[in-house]
Amino acid sequence: MAFNIVKEKYRNKISQVTIGATKEEGGTRTSTVTIGGEEALPYLHFEGNIPNRPVTALEVWDIAPPGWNECFNQYYGDVYNDVGEWARKCVEEYGAEMICLRLKGADPDEDNRSADECEAALKKVLDSVGVPIIVLGCGKFEKDNEIFMKVAESGAGENLLMGVAEQENYKTLTAAALGYKHAIIAQSPIDINIAKQLNIMIGEMNFDTDRIVMDPTIAAVGYGIEYGYSIMQRARFGALGGDKAMAKPMIGNIGWEVWKTKEANAPVSDFPEWGEQEPRGINWEIVTATSLLCAGLNIAVLRHPSSLAVVKKTIDDLMKPNSY
Amino acid sequence: MGLTGLQIFKLLPKTNCGECDLPTCMAFAMALAQGKTSLDMCPYVSDEAKEQLESAAAPPIKKVTVGTGEFTRAIGDETEIFRHDKRFFNETILAIEVKDTDDVDAKCENFNDLKFERIGMEFVVDAVAVVNDSGDADKFKSAVETAVNKTERCLVLMSEDVDAMAKALEVAADRKPLIYAATNDNYEKMVELAKEKGCPLAVRGNGLMDTAELVDKVVAAGHKDLVIDPGSREMSQTLADLSQIRRAALRRVRTFGYPSMAVTTKEDPMEENSEATVYMSNYAQLIVMKTDEKAALVPLVSWRLNLYTDPQKPIAVEPGLYEVGEVNPDSPVYVTTNFSLTYFIVEGEVEGSKIPSYIISVDTDGISVLTAWADNKFSGDIIAKYIKDLGLEEKVNHKKIVIPGGVAVISGKLEDESGWEVIVGPREASGIPKFAREKFGK
Ligand code: B12
Ligand code: SF4
Repeated sequence: MAFNIVKEKYRNKISQVTIGATKEEGGTRTSTVTIGGEEALPYLHFEGNIPNRPVTALEVWDIAPPGWNECFNQYYGDVYNDVGEWARKCVEEYGAEMICLRLKGADPDEDNRSADECEAALKKVLDSVGVPIIVLGCGKFEKDNEIFMKVAESGAGENLLMGVAEQENYKTLTAAALGYKHAIIAQSPIDINIAKQLNIMIGEMNFDTDRIVMDPTIAAVGYGIEYGYSIMQRARFGALGGDKAMAKPMIGNIGWEVWKTKEANAPVSDFPEWGEQEPRGINWEIVTATSLLCAGLNIAVLRHPSSLAVVKKTIDDLMKPNSY
Repeated sequence: MGLTGLQIFKLLPKTNCGECDLPTCMAFAMALAQGKTSLDMCPYVSDEAKEQLESAAAPPIKKVTVGTGEFTRAIGDETEIFRHDKRFFNETILAIEVKDTDDVDAKCENFNDLKFERIGMEFVVDAVAVVNDSGDADKFKSAVETAVNKTERCLVLMSEDVDAMAKALEVAADRKPLIYAATNDNYEKMVELAKEKGCPLAVRGNGLMDTAELVDKVVAAGHKDLVIDPGSREMSQTLADLSQIRRAALRRVRTFGYPSMAVTTKEDPMEENSEATVYMSNYAQLIVMKTDEKAALVPLVSWRLNLYTDPQKPIAVEPGLYEVGEVNPDSPVYVTTNFSLTYFIVEGEVEGSKIPSYIISVDTDGISVLTAWADNKFSGDIIAKYIKDLGLEEKVNHKKIVIPGGVAVISGKLEDESGWEVIVGPREASGIPKFAREKFGK
């Protein structure tokens, strides 16, 4: 029998967000990234245009990260105390397309660093690499609100991606990003209604909602990832079906989630039937990232150089055209 | 997705004779649509109508069974595009390649070792795929025979040579292996073999259109226990083909009403693992892959478990007081939720601490610590009340309880309400052994 290809027609597309600004655009980046713009479900190229590839980022901290697995020492051990050099290594040696700077040092439970120190850390990263930058606060609302304005100001012109804005705490960050023309990450706790609501509330502050990247909150494989995965699928399907408030690219903090798990960290002597620790951790990142890419993830923030290399290759393959 | 009453009515004789125990054909059609009567109650439906009604009632994707005994695996019988619309039912079969030119014995030995325990569950990698790499029929047969003797799990026999397949089936047929594959060149004889031996058959075409034609020919030749391999070997095209097959099947395109499969091509185990993740996430019901590294397969089977869980029902354990090891009145008491993932992670760590302990599993409707706390199901007063209900005071001679570090904020309220001393434990359960040694070790 002659078989008829089933093609869906969608009414809407995902908004396209550019991060980073070159000299001509008023910044100092040597490259920018553009994500989003999809007119079809993930990688169904035959059905609609998928203009931009998802991008990979590596995560760096403004302090030597306490408690990262020892397997990272061989890659980052010599640069843990110099965030600029750390970022440079991530880009030049390991091929990160973006750097995700987490200002964990500002956390009152860590080094309680000041806004000035945060600004200095961002400057170092900006000076040492040319790729676009994601900047995340420390995760404590009060402290983040103290540092966001300063950080946004010191990155003025660079078109950063700043995060995170949450339902209970989005105003300071939105104002900062608005004032200095940065893009913003809107994070919701695996709840599609809150995700939508938050995008709308950010828009009500006159922030251009086409400059939002959503973080629907993910977990690692084996730790509740299926909830975030399904929220992403629902958000993407709803967006293509016409829901403009959901039509945003998505980001996931994969390294952060994966390297909390026992499976990524436990030595092989504790669990011989799970295989060697380092490749296990890398594979945990890879499977987490790849499954989320299949649900529509646009920015994968990873930790291990090998995970980054593999995920980039998978993206290359997924971006090849398919047709009938 | 059966037919509506009206659609059924059109297929009935419309004589209203009443022999079906219902007054009219219309009433019978309605009752049938609701599953309240059966088609054989009407003696007058034509054979043609019968066939139409039966095929409409059949599941959109046929269920196909591979293997025998404890390790029998069923695939197919899926009804959704998205897991969140209902759920996915039958987990993807993972098959690991063993070439007949390899040391088959050693490879199977290694394969048998691919079982893992995690969160209180055992996971096994399902199948060995024996590949006729030598091109030699006897060599293939002997490799298959080794696999048959070596493992009780499922088998996939991979050869396009009909003679080699016939020989291999002499020793393997009663294990119900998946025969791989019927192609344009060999399908007549492969179908004969599969029919004769009662084994499921993979059909591999060259691209989707060609595969559709081949499947129709195979079905016409009389075999319906099929698994479809659309034959593409590029990740992006395979993803598209697998999506098309699923969509078409759910739209009742009969040709594609069978489970689908994919074969990985990447040589590097990590890249291959990523490739397999893509296929698993996109409807492949069987994946043939090469790596047998545990470090790659543990996360992959964990993703499979997640993908195939019921989104409506978190897996929960019975709330209550659990004993880990030989407890005594001095044993420490930990408190957690009854989300099975959370509970088993905590249990594993408490066990790892080597200090006999109690674990209280609070009824949080099967959700995790922070989620339950955010939803007010894991608050100081709820836990305090539960401690009382469990009669914990009679079991231990101390009044100390350990709570997860993530909910340190509830400790004040919990102390006030219960009168117990609250010790804030580590944030991640993996910190429990060290914590326990320091706090409770002798
Ligand atoms: C999956 C998930 C859900 C699922 C729940 C599924 C389920 N069965 O639990 C759903 C989608 C339903 C959900 C809903 C909500 N969620 Co939710 N969810 C998550 C997610 C992604 C993973 C949770 C998980 O399964 N973790 C794995 C388990 C094993 O972790 P755990 O139970 O905490 O156990 C660990 C530790 O606590 C510790 N531990 C456990 N017990 C014990 C005991 C002792 C003694 C010790 C020492 C340690 C210990 O060890 C474990 C492993 O390390 C997290 C974010 C994340 N990435 O973690 C958010 C998260 C927990 N959710 C959150 C929120 C806010 C919500 C909602 C309130 C959102 C809303 N407004 O609707 C709802 C509330 C629930 C409801 N109304 O039903 C927030 C909580 C924020 C906070 N800190 O207060 C989180 C952190 C997301 C975020 N960053 O905002 N959620
Ligand atoms: S027995 Fe058949 S023909 Fe007679 S009323 Fe019932 S459905 Fe109609």
